[in-house]
Amino acid sequence: MRLHPAVSVLALSTAGLLLAGCAAPADPGAPADPGASAPAAESDNAFTLYSGRDEDLVQPLIDAFEAETGIDVEVRYGNTAELGALLLEEGDATPADVFLSQDAGALGALANAGLFSILPDDIADAVPAGFSSTDGNWVGVTGRARVVAFDGEKYSADELPSDIDAYTEDEWRGLLGFAPTNASFQSFVTAYRVLEGEEAAEAYLTALAGNEPQIFEGNSAILTAVNEGVLDVGLINHYYWFAQASEVGAENMRAQLKFLDAGDPGSIVNVTGAGVLNGSAADADALAFVEYLVSEEGQTYFVEQTFEYPLVVGIDAPEGLPSLESLVNPELDLSDLETIEETQELLARVGLI
Amino acid sequence: MTIATHAASAPGEPAAGAASSRSGGSGAAVGREGGRAQGVDARDASRVARPPLWLVVLASLAALAASIPLVYLVVRGGESGLDRIVETLSRGRVLEYAANSLGLAAATTATALVLGTAVAFTLSRLRVPFPRLWLLASALPLAVPSFLAGYGWLVLAPGIDGFVPSWLLLSAVTMPYVALPVAAALRGASGDLEGVARTLGRGPFPAFLVATWPQVRPAAIAGGLLVALYALSDFGLVAMMRFPTLTWGINAAYSASFDRAQAAILALLLVVLALLVVLGERTARGRVPRAAARAVAPRTIGRGMLLSLLPVVAAAPVVGVAIPLLGLATRLVQAETLRELDVPRLLAAVGSTVGVALAAAALAVVLALPIAALAARFRGRLVSAIESVGFLGHALPGIVVGLSLVFFSLAVLPALYQSVVVLVFAYAVLFMPKAIGTMRSGLADVPVSLVAVARTLGDSPLRAWWRVTVPLALPSVGIGALLVAIATMKELPATLLLRPTGIQTLATELWNRTVVFEFGAAAPYAAVLVLIAAVPAMVLSGIRSTAKEEL
Repeated sequence: MRLHPAVSVLALSTAGLLLAGCAAPADPGAPADPGASAPAAESDNAFTLYSGRDEDLVQPLIDAFEAETGIDVEVRYGNTAELGALLLEEGDATPADVFLSQDAGALGALANAGLFSILPDDIADAVPAGFSSTDGNWVGVTGRARVVAFDGEKYSADELPSDIDAYTEDEWRGLLGFAPTNASFQSFVTAYRVLEGEEAAEAYLTALAGNEPQIFEGNSAILTAVNEGVLDVGLINHYYWFAQASEVGAENMRAQLKFLDAGDPGSIVNVTGAGVLNGSAADADALAFVEYLVSEEGQTYFVEQTFEYPLVVGIDAPEGLPSLESLVNPELDLSDLETIEETQELLARVGLI
Repeated sequence: MTIATHAASAPGEPAAGAASSRSGGSGAAVGREGGRAQGVDARDASRVARPPLWLVVLASLAALAASIPLVYLVVRGGESGLDRIVETLSRGRVLEYAANSLGLAAATTATALVLGTAVAFTLSRLRVPFPRLWLLASALPLAVPSFLAGYGWLVLAPGIDGFVPSWLLLSAVTMPYVALPVAAALRGASGDLEGVARTLGRGPFPAFLVATWPQVRPAAIAGGLLVALYALSDFGLVAMMRFPTLTWGINAAYSASFDRAQAAILALLLVVLALLVVLGERTARGRVPRAAARAVAPRTIGRGMLLSLLPVVAAAPVVGVAIPLLGLATRLVQAETLRELDVPRLLAAVGSTVGVALAAAALAVVLALPIAALAARFRGRLVSAIESVGFLGHALPGIVVGLSLVFFSLAVLPALYQSVVVLVFAYAVLFMPKAIGTMRSGLADVPVSLVAVARTLGDSPLRAWWRVTVPLALPSVGIGALLVAIATMKELPATLLLRPTGIQTLATELWNRTVVFEFGAAAPYAAVLVLIAAVPAMVLSGIRSTAKEEL
């Protein structure tokens, strides 16, 4: 056998490809879940949920829904990115009826791939425009504000700048942490581009990258670092603070939160949301659950248990947080945030990713 | 004199790399060509010795299974044009990430090789107090998931970050991959030669290099390969230590861009790095010189020497186990979520964890066996390619392997999608390399001449294999199976993607709680996971690589 190793590897891979290719037509996207292909508005009192939100936060709400409606919810927990990739990979063969996502980016990607069915108006309209899909593909459920977490033993909220640009100045050299590969940071950069223009955004990011920033992988790592006193200030979503505070007690939190000025790109609100998969457009159980998420009961649960902003009008924000209205930027439309690719090119150009 | 020794001193012993003295000796081939290969020029023998067809077919099938992630990546990466591929690879810090991955893998492998060999030698060849206990402690880092080690350290030393802590921690948790097989090989290898070298005036270290290192080198280097692949594929630890590697890029492609093509291109770059490592290992591996296996009495050393060796032996258990567990315990004390433990739920997770781990270990061994058998006795491009493919799955992050199995099972076996069958298969693909390496050295150690003797006594090739090869290589099969079982227990990303909906393992339960900062609620799961994974690790510390007949 005188084959070059690379050739052999290629040959083996090709054989595998053929195997996959031959087998694929045998199953032309048959739905794995027989219930998924059921005709108009049927209920079999059960559906499958893919939840990109954590079991401990979401399961009590699902239990309440089950008790109230008698509908059985089979839940698959995972993180939003993995479940998003999983749904893209499964395509129409997915056993899932509903996807509950931690961020709007995943919902947008699935909508662009044509995997969601259009929600009925009464569900889609429950949440004001700006916090939901513009075309009824998915509905916003809760909001998370971008904030600055700071070391409470070194600073007080008053002495910190209240606009994001100021954190690129010399006095913050080496002291600011953020997670450039994280979806919520990239949404913030996109908002910056939309609100201030491409040139200003590039100038801001260049200054940011040149200020010896502390690079992290995710929000919770940033918060932990601030809490341990090894990082002065960090850019995160507000609700991480509340999640950790409920674990160790708010009085034990060294990290504190600074909300930036209304209208500042640094204070945008990211949303979580839910969509119904294509094959389940007429699944009454799935729709009932999404409706429950944007009901008063569902929204109140999130306010009280996860300290997130409710998106349905008329429900109060969690205690101690600035009102959602004060954070909303009228110049920013959620669909503007879909230009994530340009954002990543920009981040790559300035050397942050 | 054992028969093994006899085989080694047979005429026509080939130069390293040219051909193997065992090349004529597979169970099936031995009758046809084995006798001839012993007598003729080694170069001739390598040309004559072709692996039997059935073995090549079986090994190719196993390699095909292992190539599923690769196929998937080529499909997904190929969806974008060449421009896109070039753009993705040349963009921003991608090449820096790749260099970081490679640098971390190289440093970790070198450290684990030196430390692992030193620990194994100290515990097997020197008279130290409680050698069994120390060997057991040296196996324990295997049981600690690397992200847990990183987490525990950060609790106690929140300021650490970057290359150095990533390198040291990864070295500590992967050191057993070298120490255990080397210790096993030392128990089988001869120490006489080293004694001879010493009497001829060599110092202890040169004597070790000249006499003992060649005997343990294949085991050490095979372990080093596992370390390198582990370091390349690790995400949890480098993310915590803020050292950006290619796995960051892959993860970001999924979690921020939701771009599977971009992720696939980056993962293929990781595959190329892994291929370099695998080929490097093949070159460095060399062959085991045969020598009489006899028990060597451990040398007595002075108290001062003994004390100076303590840091060497204690390093990995302290850095990889004791300090992380201390950190976790600290968090546990601070936590306010010390709620009532749901014991049935914990037990259910233990049950499913142990269940899938056993099944995965069995399947991985079955898949790895033909590849190991082929690689143990034969050389050549095809053998090299099959073995390399078998190793690649180990270099990829779990999320990539998980998605590839989603892709594959929906295309080929939709009925089994989200069943335990596909989950176990994914574990086998991911961790098969852990079994290939150990089983290959185990099978290679079985003296060809013994098989030949069985054949001349009238045994069929299969019977000779069953009566001679299997019992002698069985311990190495056990080692491979245990390594797979431990890795399966700790696996998270592929488990999240492929498990049947509703099934929880200890790793997923731990994840459920750590993502929401519930350290108190997470601690029992972390403790049980480490405890359960420690059981096979303890068994591992006592196994010999090859059962050898002794004088």
